[in-house]
Amino acid sequence: MSRIETPAALEELRKDILSKRDPDKRTITLCSGSACHATGSNLVAASIEEEIQKQGLSDKVDFRKTGCHGFCERGPIIVIHPEEICYLQIQPEDVPEIFSETIKENRIIERLLYTDPGTEEEIRNESDIPFYKNQQRLIFGSNINIDPKNIEDYFALGGYAALAKAISQMTPEEVLEEVNKANLRGRGGGGFPAGRKWEGSRNAPDDIKYVIVNADEGDPGAYMDRSILEGNPHSVLEGLAIGAYTIGAHEGYIYVRQEYPLAVENVHIAIQQAEERGLLGENILGTGFDFTVKVHQGAGAFVCGESSALMTALEGKAGEPRPKYIRSNIKGLWDRPTVLNNVETWANVPLIINKGADWFTQMGTEGSKGTKIFSLVGKIVNTGLVEVPMGMTLSDVIYKIGGGIPGGKKFKAVQTGGPSGGCLPEDKLDLEVGFDELTRAGSMMGSGGMIAMDEDTCMVDVARYFLDFLTDESCGKCVPCREGVRQMLKILTDITEGKGQEGDMELLEELSEVAKEAALCALGQTAPNPFLSTLEYFRDEYEAHINEKRCPSLYCKELIAFYIDPEKCSACMSCLKKCPSDAIIGAKKTIHVIDQEKCTKCNTCFEVCPTRFRAVQKISGEPVPPPIPEEERIIAKKGSKE
Amino acid sequence: MSKVLLNIDGSEVEASEGMTVLEAAQTIGIKIPTLCHHELLEPYGGCRVCTVEAETNGRTKLVVACVYPVEQDLVIRTRSEKVDRIRKMIIQLLMSRAPESEKLIEMAEEYGADKDRFEKEASFCIHCGLCVRYCAEVKKLSAVGFINRGAKREINFIPEIAAQECWDCKECFPLCPTSALQAAYGFTEALTSSSPPFESKAVE
Repeated sequence: MSRIETPAALEELRKDILSKRDPDKRTITLCSGSACHATGSNLVAASIEEEIQKQGLSDKVDFRKTGCHGFCERGPIIVIHPEEICYLQIQPEDVPEIFSETIKENRIIERLLYTDPGTEEEIRNESDIPFYKNQQRLIFGSNINIDPKNIEDYFALGGYAALAKAISQMTPEEVLEEVNKANLRGRGGGGFPAGRKWEGSRNAPDDIKYVIVNADEGDPGAYMDRSILEGNPHSVLEGLAIGAYTIGAHEGYIYVRQEYPLAVENVHIAIQQAEERGLLGENILGTGFDFTVKVHQGAGAFVCGESSALMTALEGKAGEPRPKYIRSNIKGLWDRPTVLNNVETWANVPLIINKGADWFTQMGTEGSKGTKIFSLVGKIVNTGLVEVPMGMTLSDVIYKIGGGIPGGKKFKAVQTGGPSGGCLPEDKLDLEVGFDELTRAGSMMGSGGMIAMDEDTCMVDVARYFLDFLTDESCGKCVPCREGVRQMLKILTDITEGKGQEGDMELLEELSEVAKEAALCALGQTAPNPFLSTLEYFRDEYEAHINEKRCPSLYCKELIAFYIDPEKCSACMSCLKKCPSDAIIGAKKTIHVIDQEKCTKCNTCFEVCPTRFRAVQKISGEPVPPPIPEEERIIAKKGSKE
Repeated sequence: MSKVLLNIDGSEVEASEGMTVLEAAQTIGIKIPTLCHHELLEPYGGCRVCTVEAETNGRTKLVVACVYPVEQDLVIRTRSEKVDRIRKMIIQLLMSRAPESEKLIEMAEEYGADKDRFEKEASFCIHCGLCVRYCAEVKKLSAVGFINRGAKREINFIPEIAAQECWDCKECFPLCPTSALQAAYGFTEALTSSSPPFESKAVE
C-alpha cells in the first residue's frame, strides 16, 4: 500500500476506489459486531464464504463483514445490496436458501424479513424498519457500509477528507472556532464543551501536549463506544488527529478496555493502515503535520474512565483519581496539557469539519447539539444501539424506536446515565434528551446508557444494584466513597431484605450529602444519584419497604411469599412438577399447597401456572393465608370442587 | 515567588504562590484537622477531613485544604455548619473501622460524632496511606503497599522487600494513626522470619 502524499491524492484515491466498485453488484453485508458475534455471526459468515466458494460466485457477489448495525435484538443481521434487503436473526442453516432464492432468483424470503408487530406488514429494507426509521444515524450509520479492517471502505465514504481539509486549508484557530460554534459537548458523561477544553490546552505554554481517546466504557449495559471503535475505528482516529492538529499535539493515546478484544484488534489494524497510507505518522498528507497514536489497554477498573484516574493509569501507576484542582487540559498526562474526549465525541469531529457547525447545530436543543447514541436495554422490545437527534423525547426513544415494553407490562422508569445517573418516572417521558434537560430532572446523559424498567422492577432494588456496582468499583482512596457508599449499600440491602428501620432514609440522605460534596472524584460524587433519584420519584416504595415490610413490585425475595389460591387451583400438577425445591404438596385431584418453609421464592410456580387458572399468587406485606385443611383438598370431579 | 493575599476565617493571610490552603492556615496558627496529611509527603486528599469552604468570585464550593492552592482574594472558612457536618460523618464512618484510634476519639469529641453510628467492622486501617506513601516517597522502597481496591483495600508489606529493608527502619510506625500497620508488619514478620520454609522461599 502506498502513501498518500497530498490532500488531492486522497480525493483521487477515493474516486478511483469508487470507480472500481460496481454499484449494482450484489453485496452481502453481515453485522459482525460483538452482539451479533455472540449470536453466531461468525458461523453465518463461514457459511456465506463457503456458499460463495461452492457456487463459484466470487466474481459476482461481494461479501463484507461490517461493524454493529445496532438492532442487536434481532441479530445476526444481513443486508443484501443494491436492493438493501434486510434479513434478521440469520442462522447458518438459512444461508443456502438465501443464495438459492434471493441471490440467484431475486426472490424474497419472507420469513427472514422484519414483521411490524402493529400492522403485521413485512418490511424489506433495513431503513424502513421503525427501529431505524426514527433514528438519525450520523455517527453510527456508516458502520453498515464499512469493513473496519479495510481502510478503503472508509475512503470510499469520504474518510479522512475532514483531516485533509483541516490540516491543509484551515488554521488550528479556524478548526477550534468551528468546534466551538458547533457547541460539541463531551459524550462521555460530563457534557463539557469540547472546544473549551481544546482551547485551554491550545493556549497552554507547554510545547509537549497530548490527545487521548477515552474508550474505557464501563457502565453496565452500555456498548456504544465499543461498537464505534469496532465498526468504524478510522472515524475516531480522524477526529483525534484533527484535535491534535488544533491543540498542537503530536502524540495521542487510545485508552481502551482489554475486555473489548475486537475493538482492540480493529483499532490496531486501523492505526497500521492509516500509518501505511500516511494519514498518521510524519508529514501527514505532505502538510508537515506529525501525529502518532498508541493503544493502551486498561485492566478493567471502572474508575479509570474518570479522567485523572485514566491518566494516572496511562502513566503506569495504579489507576486512582488525582486530587488536583488544576484541569487536565492544562496539566494532565505527565503534567502536560492533555485533551481527553470519549470515543463518540471524537467521532463527531470529522462530521463537523466536513459539514460545518451551522449544519451540526441544526439538530438538537438549546444547549445540546447534534445526535447522541444510546444503548437501549432492559425491559424493552428492541434492544440495541440507537442514535437520535438531541431533543427527541424519551417517550419517542422508548416507544417509537424501542418498540415499548415487552409482555404487555407497564412502563415504570427509565434509567439514564449509567451508575451515576438516575431513574425517571413515566411523567418525565416527555423530557427531551439533552445534557441539561436530563440533569435538571435529576438524572444525567452520562455516556448514553438507557435502561427501560417495567412495573415488576423494584426501585429500591435498582438503587441497591447500582450502589453495589459502585462499591465494588470504588478505588478506595477517599473516605466518603470507600466507607460512605459502602454504608449506603448496607442500608439499602437491609431495606430490600425487610430489615429497614425508621431513620434509614434520613441517614442515606446524610451519607449522600457527604459523598456528593466531599468525595475526591466524580465516581464518588455521583454515587448517591441512583438513591437520590429513586427517592425523589419513588419515595412511596421506600416507605412501603421500611414501614410495611412490603415490596410493591413483588420483587424483593425477603418480602414476598407465594401461595396457591385453593379456589382457583385445579390440581394440574404443573407447578408441583416444576418446583425445584419440592416445596409444593399435592397430587392429582388434590389441591396444591406451598410449604412456606421449603419455598425459595424462585418464581417458577408463578410462571408455570396455566393462565386459565392463575392460581399461584404472589403477595407482599400481608400474612400468607393458612393452608386449607387436608381433608378439603380433594377435588371430587374434574373442574368442580366440593 | 510571588505573594498572594487571601482570607482565612476572617484573617488576612499573605501566602506564597504554590502553597496549599492548609499550609497558609498553619502560618497564622489556624488548625485544620487532617488524617492523611504529612508535610514530607505529596498531598493525598484521601481522608477529606480537611474539607473547607472556599469562596472565589462570589461562588462557594467545598475543597480539601491539603490540596487546594492559595489564590489571590480567596476566602476560606475552615468551620461552618456544613463543613462540621461532613467532618462529623467522616469520623463516624472511620470509627466503624478503627474504633480504638486515639486520634479519631479525640476528633469525635470535637465534632460531636457518634462513635457507634455505624456497626463496628474493625479492620483497624483507615487507609490514610501514610505508611505506603512514606515508604515510597521518602524511603523509595515501597516495602508496604495497597492491595485490592474499594472496601476490600488493605495495606500489606511485600515480604521480599520487607525482609530486607524493614527490620532496621520502621520509620512508618509512628505515622500510623491506628494499630493496623504494626499488625500488618507483625504478620509479615511472622511469615518471613519465624517460619523457615517460607523464609527460604521469600528471601532469595
